[in-house]
Amino acid sequence: MMTLAPAAPSAAQHTTEPLLSLRRISKAFGAVQALTDIDLDVYPGEVLAIVGDNGAGKSTLVKILAGVHPQDSGTITFQGNTVAVPSPGASRDLGIATVFQDLALCDNLDVVSNLFLGHEVGMWALDEVEMEKRSWQLLQQLSAKIPSVRIAVASLSGGQRQTVAIARSLLGEPSIVILDEPTAALGVAQTAEVLNLVERLRQRGLGVVLISHNMADVLAVANRVAVLRLGKNNGEFQLPGVSHEEIIAAITGASDNAVTRRAAAQATKEDHS
Amino acid sequence: MRHSTSTSPVAIDQQDERLITPHTFGEYWKAFVARVSKGDLGSLPVVVGLVIIWAVFQVLNPFFLSSANLVNLALECAAIGTIAIGVVLVLLVAQIDLSIGSLGGLASAILAVGFVHHGWPLWLAVVAGIAAGALIGLLYGIIYTRFGVPTFVITLAGLLGFLGLQLWVLGTNGSINIPFDSWLVAFAQQSFLPPIASYALVLVAVVLYGGSSYLRARARAAGGLTATSTMEISVKTGLLLVLLGVSTWYLNLTRGIGVMFMVFVVLVVLTNYALTRTRWGRDVYAVGGNVEAARRAGIKVNRIFVSVLVLGATFAAVGGIFATARLASAGVSSGGGDTNLVAIAAAVIGGTSLFGGRGNAWSALLGIVVIQSIASGLTLLSLDSSIRYMITGAVLLLAVIIDSLSRRSRASHGQA
Repeated sequence: MMTLAPAAPSAAQHTTEPLLSLRRISKAFGAVQALTDIDLDVYPGEVLAIVGDNGAGKSTLVKILAGVHPQDSGTITFQGNTVAVPSPGASRDLGIATVFQDLALCDNLDVVSNLFLGHEVGMWALDEVEMEKRSWQLLQQLSAKIPSVRIAVASLSGGQRQTVAIARSLLGEPSIVILDEPTAALGVAQTAEVLNLVERLRQRGLGVVLISHNMADVLAVANRVAVLRLGKNNGEFQLPGVSHEEIIAAITGASDNAVTRRAAAQATKEDHS
Repeated sequence: MRHSTSTSPVAIDQQDERLITPHTFGEYWKAFVARVSKGDLGSLPVVVGLVIIWAVFQVLNPFFLSSANLVNLALECAAIGTIAIGVVLVLLVAQIDLSIGSLGGLASAILAVGFVHHGWPLWLAVVAGIAAGALIGLLYGIIYTRFGVPTFVITLAGLLGFLGLQLWVLGTNGSINIPFDSWLVAFAQQSFLPPIASYALVLVAVVLYGGSSYLRARARAAGGLTATSTMEISVKTGLLLVLLGVSTWYLNLTRGIGVMFMVFVVLVVLTNYALTRTRWGRDVYAVGGNVEAARRAGIKVNRIFVSVLVLGATFAAVGGIFATARLASAGVSSGGGDTNLVAIAAAVIGGTSLFGGRGNAWSALLGIVVIQSIASGLTLLSLDSSIRYMITGAVLLLAVIIDSLSRRSRASHGQA
């Protein structure tokens, strides 16, 4: 049951340098130690899934990378240089694009305005033609199915809104895209669309960090799975070749939890019968 | 970021087969009806309302739609209309400024005391009044962004505080008359565009509209996007020419277009440009739609709030000065009474949402024309101001109900 392999094997398989490395990252909120000595590497052209139970520290980790909260201790190395990420702007400038779970779109604005929000072309005379052209190019590259870029975002479906949010994160030409629960609120077909999108991001050579609760999604697209448990690294798996159960075991704490206790109880019952 | 240049004859924004594109006149009409029935009303209710109001008053009193009365009506619109432009801006970021009346009153008091009692040059007195408004707006902005006190409360405090300041500036003088021979009073009461100038202005407006539409259509076509057909542009430009030409001709039958009204319209046009065509305007809508999204997109949200509150207070001061110029006097009641509420009502009746992120500069113009039409019509019928208040109140309530209903309808049709 104990398949908590350390991070070493995966590093051996990467010939390239990691884009982003976290070393001994810790973060406390008041009396709660949310993260303790987290190590993590993100490589280009790879989907890294970060999984863990509620309260495992996934969101805290995302927020540190996105510049929402700085870490208490530990170092972040980006493309070989040690960097600080004190603000969302700093994170974006490094080339880390974060798509939060609530997407942060302006419902009253159309798709083009949302895509270029904060980065409009033209200061005193907006170049709508240029922005609309680039919007279409971007959406076509992602093979996104948005009927019109001149309709308000409010009238799009959940998957389309997710697409717009992801497309927006790509406008700044990032090297890492962090997706926080991108499929949480989506239906079957829309989930598939978003997963396709994740694969296209990987094909473009980006490092993709996928935070998800959904093990099926993780197994479908991830190259590597990092498990967090109670704010600590609790194993890292290379996909494919890992079963659903092994990851679940790492998430839940493997040796002592309801699942294993039940399995053990079942086993003894069977032995007795 | 490579992209296969599409050589298909269909523009890139028309390639999705699910898209419904109107081609014939009938289809345009159908699309329009569908849009309205789903709650995307735009300026429609106010235009329909205005037509009804004008028809009713014309039937009740044939003098209502006479050239002389409309000339007057236009002049009456300028002062509070200018205040309403500021209200539109503040409402767009989902805030409110309740002190606009007091700010107008304060600006007029500073103007009158400075010019008449201290012998300042008139331009300096005007600038001082407007600058006071801008500074107060800055103060509001700083308090709002630093302490997070709702603008509703800040400006309620401002309503009282600056009314006090207005009375203090006026001192023992209950009211101060501005000399009739000053250019300010002449500007507000006796300046009308000469017919030649007014027609030239119509021509300039039409050429600007048609020209910019044509250039935009060409740029879109060059970029491989659908462009408005030259036919449609010509029809719209022609309609605008007829509308502006006929109204100008009709007003020119008597005194013509008041210069102060013209200044108000120019301010509306400039504000409209700033809101729709600049990055600042886009940011204003974004902040009104979803502050958190705007912040995460890297918009300096606090700067937008401060700039909007400064502009709102500045327009209020300018409007107060227009009112003083029109009455040729400033006093304790300047900016008092219903000024506040009429200006806010004008913005809302014109179609600017109280909930932020929806509306445009034109709603200040449309709304104030509706309110002043009611006022003028009731005055012509020699009805008491008690009736005027009640009717204006009812119209405002109706406008807000329409706003809320269309908001709900947009939500249920997935367009909000």
